[in-house]
Amino acid sequence: MNAPVTTLDPQPDQSLGIIDCDIHPYPKAGALNQYLPERWRNHVFHYGKFNCGIYADRGTYPRFSPNTSRRDAWPPGGGAPGSDVAFIREQLLDPYNIAYGVLEPLLGGNTSRNQDEAAALCSAMNDWQAHEFVDPEPRLRASILVPQDDPAASVKEIDKRAGDWRFAQIQLGSKTSEPLGRRRYWPIFAAAQANGLSIGLHIGGTQSSAPSAGGWPQFYLEDHHVLVHSMQNQAASLILEGVFEAFPRLKVCLIEGGFAWAPPWAWRLDAHWAKMRDEVPGVKRPPSEYMRTNLWFATQPVEEPEHPDDLRRIFEWIGWDRMIYSSDYPHWDFDDPHLAFRFQMTAAEKRMLFHDNALSVYTFR
Amino acid sequence: MNAPVNALDHSAPAGQANGIIDCDIHPFPRPGAIEQYLPERWRRHVAEYGKFTYGMYAAIGAYPRFQPYLSRRDSFPPNGGAPGSDVAFIREQLLDRYNIAYGVLEPLLGGNASRNLDEAAALCSAMNDWQASEFADPEPRLRASILVPQDDPEAAVKEIDKRAGDWRFCQIQLGSKTTEPIGRRRYWPIYAAAQANGLSIGLHVGGTFSTAPSAGGWPQFYVEEHHGLVHSMQNQCASMIFEGVFEAFPKLKIVLIEGGFAWAPTLGWRLDAHWAKMRDEVPQVKRPPSEYMRTNLWWATQPVEEPEHPEDLRQVFDWIGWDRMVYSSDYPHWDFDDPHQAFHFQMTETEKRQVFRDNALSVYTFR
Amino acid sequence: MTVLPSGAIDCDIHPGVPEIKQLLRYMEPFWQESFVARGLDGFDMMSYPPNAPITCRPDWRRKGQRPGSSLADMRRDALDAFGINLAICNPLTGGQIAVSETMGAAICSAVNDWIIEHWLNQDSRLRASIVVPAQAPYLAVEEIERRASDRRFVQILMPVACEMMLGRSYYWPIYEAAVKHDLPIGLHAGSMYRYAPTSTGWPSHYVQDYVANSNIFEDQLLSLVSNGIFVKYPSLRVVLLESGVSWLPGFLWRAIKTWRGVRAEVPWVKQSPADTIRENVRLTVQPIDAPPDPNTIERLMQMIDSDRMLLFASDYPHWQFEGDKVLPDGLSPALRQRIRIDNPLETYPRLKETVQ
Repeated sequence: MNAPVTTLDPQPDQSLGIIDCDIHPYPKAGALNQYLPERWRNHVFHYGKFNCGIYADRGTYPRFSPNTSRRDAWPPGGGAPGSDVAFIREQLLDPYNIAYGVLEPLLGGNTSRNQDEAAALCSAMNDWQAHEFVDPEPRLRASILVPQDDPAASVKEIDKRAGDWRFAQIQLGSKTSEPLGRRRYWPIFAAAQANGLSIGLHIGGTQSSAPSAGGWPQFYLEDHHVLVHSMQNQAASLILEGVFEAFPRLKVCLIEGGFAWAPPWAWRLDAHWAKMRDEVPGVKRPPSEYMRTNLWFATQPVEEPEHPDDLRRIFEWIGWDRMIYSSDYPHWDFDDPHLAFRFQMTAAEKRMLFHDNALSVYTFR
Repeated sequence: MNAPVNALDHSAPAGQANGIIDCDIHPFPRPGAIEQYLPERWRRHVAEYGKFTYGMYAAIGAYPRFQPYLSRRDSFPPNGGAPGSDVAFIREQLLDRYNIAYGVLEPLLGGNASRNLDEAAALCSAMNDWQASEFADPEPRLRASILVPQDDPEAAVKEIDKRAGDWRFCQIQLGSKTTEPIGRRRYWPIYAAAQANGLSIGLHVGGTFSTAPSAGGWPQFYVEEHHGLVHSMQNQCASMIFEGVFEAFPKLKIVLIEGGFAWAPTLGWRLDAHWAKMRDEVPQVKRPPSEYMRTNLWWATQPVEEPEHPEDLRQVFDWIGWDRMVYSSDYPHWDFDDPHQAFHFQMTETEKRQVFRDNALSVYTFR
Repeated sequence: MTVLPSGAIDCDIHPGVPEIKQLLRYMEPFWQESFVARGLDGFDMMSYPPNAPITCRPDWRRKGQRPGSSLADMRRDALDAFGINLAICNPLTGGQIAVSETMGAAICSAVNDWIIEHWLNQDSRLRASIVVPAQAPYLAVEEIERRASDRRFVQILMPVACEMMLGRSYYWPIYEAAVKHDLPIGLHAGSMYRYAPTSTGWPSHYVQDYVANSNIFEDQLLSLVSNGIFVKYPSLRVVLLESGVSWLPGFLWRAIKTWRGVRAEVPWVKQSPADTIRENVRLTVQPIDAPPDPNTIERLMQMIDSDRMLLFASDYPHWQFEGDKVLPDGLSPALRQRIRIDNPLETYPRLKETVQ
């Protein structure tokens, strides 16, 4: 399908290894329960993860393949894709010479409307990541999950994990009860900046209104794209609410939301801010400038323009220093680092994309 | 229309010592009045961007009302201006006529409705200044409500602390529609400030409409939406109880205004029944929900329910508790409740005193 | 000032809809009484607060006048200034977003009457979209049937965010009427606000609401494509009005890629969404959200990869460009010709009947 445009030099050396900023771990059956206090084990059993969705136990929009995963990602020893560390080594870390892989659990820990439940689940999932993935396999690094609608509990969790080498960033979802730039979330940004930790903003999360301003799409084809909008809206919100003025050292990586939208979005924000900047005096520079100082873009799912060289143009418009490779292993639209980019890159460009940019954002110790 | 059931004693002289208390009066600004209290920066912002609410229209609510200014046609002041904008006419048509000792102002001007939280804070503050200067000062029988931008709890607490010592204010005002159910923890700093300052909260129908009025979507007609507001009141009750607000703030007093009350007993039974089975989900709720309704909630009576058999209204009062009911007129709105005529059953003297005066004295802060 | 070659067709111009009291004369007695007795007016949309900068370019604003409400001003500031031969009026009115189906229909119908009397009858350069109450497709169809025989009505107008996603079967009667009368559907920036204006909830600022409009255009295109609307109604044309344009290429790339992966869910979508969209969808050029750099514009046009899709528009009196820069630099002469004249003529068949 994709004509191979081989980009990488397969030498197994961590100093030359690549960095994958989006890997999805999955629990073995019952694994999370071990990390939950009894009181919450019972609660989750009776009431489930009480989120804003229509179903008791699944997301509103049915996915397209089992566990959203590649069909070859089911571990031979059993269990769901992403649940077996040995198989992750075999299928991902070793063959692609991955120096560091950032875990991004998509387990809805933070989506419960019951904020105490969300706090308990996030904490359990943080313990689980550290213990069952990072400890046995230090190339994998965990994300600090937080119950973002409860900023006090979130800050507590961040402060608890910030000194733990096994964690590389804080994770938030692109769907939140309110746009993330709203002041209720600022304590989280303060804690991130204070602890020198970046935030990975991954698509998904908690949905408190319809996915679109036009209502409820019906098909996965639509739902998949709406997630891109959530990323755009969050970028706009962070910028226009003045988050990057208040927290100038904050680093936010936008993950799995695509990136070809970024240049037109920057132009659009600049054009309309220029006329209406008196509404948002907290924004002191053109919005696009904040995109060049505080935002990074993970590359998966890589865009596939009809003319491959258009992709190079997009990289240039965004800035080569802003782009970070991600695989999205084990999902069905996994981006193989050797095959995903259908235009030639220079050695310096590869180095930035596959290694250096991530080092400037994440906290690998 | 209403057969007069004379409730009040006209013979006693007017005065604060024996007058009645009206918990719901709606003041309205003269053109440009509020702007005078806004800093220039916000005057400009409001002129350009309006009150940036959650609604579909730039300057009006989603549901067109039924009367100009929602008001009685005879309440337009003879000297001009909107109903509720002329203190002298309020005296004549309401305070003096009904021997009102204290009337609580409940502005419905959307000060707290802006999505721009700084705008909301500025507007609430300006409206608080306006109430105090232009109503309470010239007419001390009128007492103001502290309007707050509830979605910014820090700013809300600041405004509460600023006004709490001012005799012209007698309560904090919130709306029955908030962006999240009002028991959620984000709002708790407001309750803490209310309790700490010994101020009650008037929860009036209306507020921020951030989602469809019904869980089933968007009604079309005023007749539907009017009832939807009743549900918002019920939802807020349930929220405060189940989130444990009254355990965390046992001295907090909430008056539910203009949401009706006939639903209260059945809501209490419903909450009790289902809490009994699922109380493990809400361990912060230590007593049956209906008990909190008897210790922390009061109901303003307007718009009074009109059962087909008037004696049923007495039964509702009994079920809720006579100590929970506080009279309100809703002046100058079209469904104003005349204190002499609104209640279609006979009350004892003791009952009248409770409804028209004593209960309100135990809740509000009149100094 | 540049002398622009004449002959352009402006596909998005906004006469300022007056207050209800000036529309009463077009309404039935029930509505006349309702609006007066209930004291109802002021139905300006949150999507365009009257004094917000974007609602009217500062040099076009007249004190005490609603933006765009003067034909004399429109002639001088837009039609004559930009060399416009034909202009399609897209009135924006609260009737399009009202919660009541029948109240919305009453206002929309009155606006259509008003447009005829005060605009179409006053200047032979003007054409109009039929303003319909999309809240109630059956009432929208009645309004379309009422107006279709007046050939100066060239489009059906709806806001881009309604009660449901526009591909839903609820709206099919409107599309049937559209193809019956060979009228394009015009979706204009703006919302009924039945849902939060962004997929992440309610932002604090109008400028955030406004920029989020481009997302809704994308969502609706996917809804129309996924629901097979262009399969069911192959001759249907949809015009995106005031969408921002530069989002288009990235959106198409992604639409193709995702469809390839998950097309089994929508087997009636037999061709790539990009092909369908290039065939059936058009976009007006104001605003074109891009830096005023000819190289960027040129590259953007290449990425769009179709010279048929863009339609000239001033968006008067909305503030989108300075001076007379309706079209950015960087467009080839051939493309300029297509944008200014050929594409609008192809998109709006009725225009050809009356072009001078």
